[in-house]
Amino acid sequence: MPLVQVHSIGPGVTVQDLGRPGWAMQGLSTGGAVDRLALFEAAALLGTQPQASLEMMGFGGVFRTNADTRIALTGAQMQANIDGSAVSHNTSTIWRAGETLSISGAKAGVLGYLSFAGGVQTPATMGSQAVHLTAGIGAPIQAGDTIPIGDDPDLHSGATKLRSTDRTKGGTIRVMPGPQTTFFDPETRARFERTVFTRSPRGNRQGVRIDHETDGFTLRGALNLTSDLIVPGDIQMTGDGVPYVLLSECQTIGGYPRIGSVIPADLPVIAQSAPGATLRFRFVSVEEADKTAVSDDAMLTRLRQLCQPLVRDPHDIPDLLSYQLIGGVTAGDDP
Amino acid sequence: MRFSTALSEEANQTAIAFRQRVAEADIPGVTDIVPSLTTVRVGFDPSKTTRADVTAALKQVIHMPVSIDASPRRRWHIPVAFGPRHAPQLYQAAELAGVSVETAVAEITARNLRVIALGFAPGQPYLGMLPPHWDIPRQSELTPHLPSGALVVAVRQLIIFAADAPTGWRHIGQTAFQVYRPQAPEPFAFEPGDEVRFAQVGDSELDVLSNRTDTNGGARCEVLG
Repeated sequence: MPLVQVHSIGPGVTVQDLGRPGWAMQGLSTGGAVDRLALFEAAALLGTQPQASLEMMGFGGVFRTNADTRIALTGAQMQANIDGSAVSHNTSTIWRAGETLSISGAKAGVLGYLSFAGGVQTPATMGSQAVHLTAGIGAPIQAGDTIPIGDDPDLHSGATKLRSTDRTKGGTIRVMPGPQTTFFDPETRARFERTVFTRSPRGNRQGVRIDHETDGFTLRGALNLTSDLIVPGDIQMTGDGVPYVLLSECQTIGGYPRIGSVIPADLPVIAQSAPGATLRFRFVSVEEADKTAVSDDAMLTRLRQLCQPLVRDPHDIPDLLSYQLIGGVTAGDDP
Repeated sequence: MRFSTALSEEANQTAIAFRQRVAEADIPGVTDIVPSLTTVRVGFDPSKTTRADVTAALKQVIHMPVSIDASPRRRWHIPVAFGPRHAPQLYQAAELAGVSVETAVAEITARNLRVIALGFAPGQPYLGMLPPHWDIPRQSELTPHLPSGALVVAVRQLIIFAADAPTGWRHIGQTAFQVYRPQAPEPFAFEPGDEVRFAQVGDSELDVLSNRTDTNGGARCEVLG
């Protein structure tokens, strides 16, 4: 089986797929990739279904493989090279046996994803390979680990590039009302929509804090609320009225009031906006929110349509002068 | 679907029974049905159905004139040690509830408790309800670590802790029971609605149970007819 050797690794690099749905009744959240879209982008680029990949929290690692495989880097834009030549973001790239793949810090975004055409092939627990740290399933990757991957099913297919909108710079996030929205009075809800927030550096796979400079968004009697079901996207207000947007590894039941829920289409923006990025929230009706729902199959089909064969533009080649641009010129002493 | 904004035995039983009825109704496009303390979340696949269709089907279920069968399907019998080594805050909790330690242990072991919901940590049961004088608050400071299997109490409920985690609930007993074993064929011991009956054992007996690998803390699961 093809193997990836881990020579060095950043903190918090984990194997993630689309998670293990169906256990919320037992208290286990679905988990899986915080930025699901990034796994679909990789699948579109590599011509596969979404597969288990490495989720990298701001920093990658140094890897070597023993078999040729196509790879894709999606999600956050990480600085990466194979034996010194740059690896582009959102592009399928061949990584040959023996070459060193180095992925360092994120230039934009928070969570980078390294996907292999044959997928990461670690054993599944309860039907998924996703590491779920708070549930004690799996652990972050350590230097010295060896990661099994599958054979590339189509190594010689042409390289592709995906042009996707930048989701690392914040923006206006659509929020759907939920069962506790009207627990907040209309003035608090209006102020929530008017407020300019910034993404806090405090965040993990369970959720991210959203900072603001005004008073908190509190609820009278909030501490006596009966705990209720929570899901990724929910915007919980802590006791001080500070919003947290829940992400894939959140708990299943929470006691803090929720002003609404970020629609799934906008959740990747929350996941990838860098600390300090500006965020605003806008309520949409449930009907409007439902119209934005896209099935996983439809999302993959749409992304495949956005993939283009990779034709290198000379402007994208930083070391153009080092390339031999004129074919057929030789020293004249070839055999 | 929310049956109450305040936790009561009745609202919780209604929610758990409603989950069962929705599951039996087999509504097209419904992907998950999750009960909580007083609510049930019904998830659907928008490529297979619409919110309006699911809502209409749920209204039919809720208006079906059936009596709610809230009787439990299973009863767990779980050994618990209440000795000082395993129950550092039992005295304090009993004092807050206004009873002696002996009465506290008797009240906890003399009744069938219900799994109200599973959550906070995977498989971790909220068990209730204790008599009203057990409506004791959480402590303001967090206990940073509790051992797996710790029995803790607050607000008329008990929890068997899944793992080492900070808590404001008071540690009043210790089981050798693992509520969650991710590598086991059936990873979760409990389902919402299960009954739990605690049986007092001595500290040394619990130590023996903790070291045995052929039993989950000496617990026995009785299937009710």
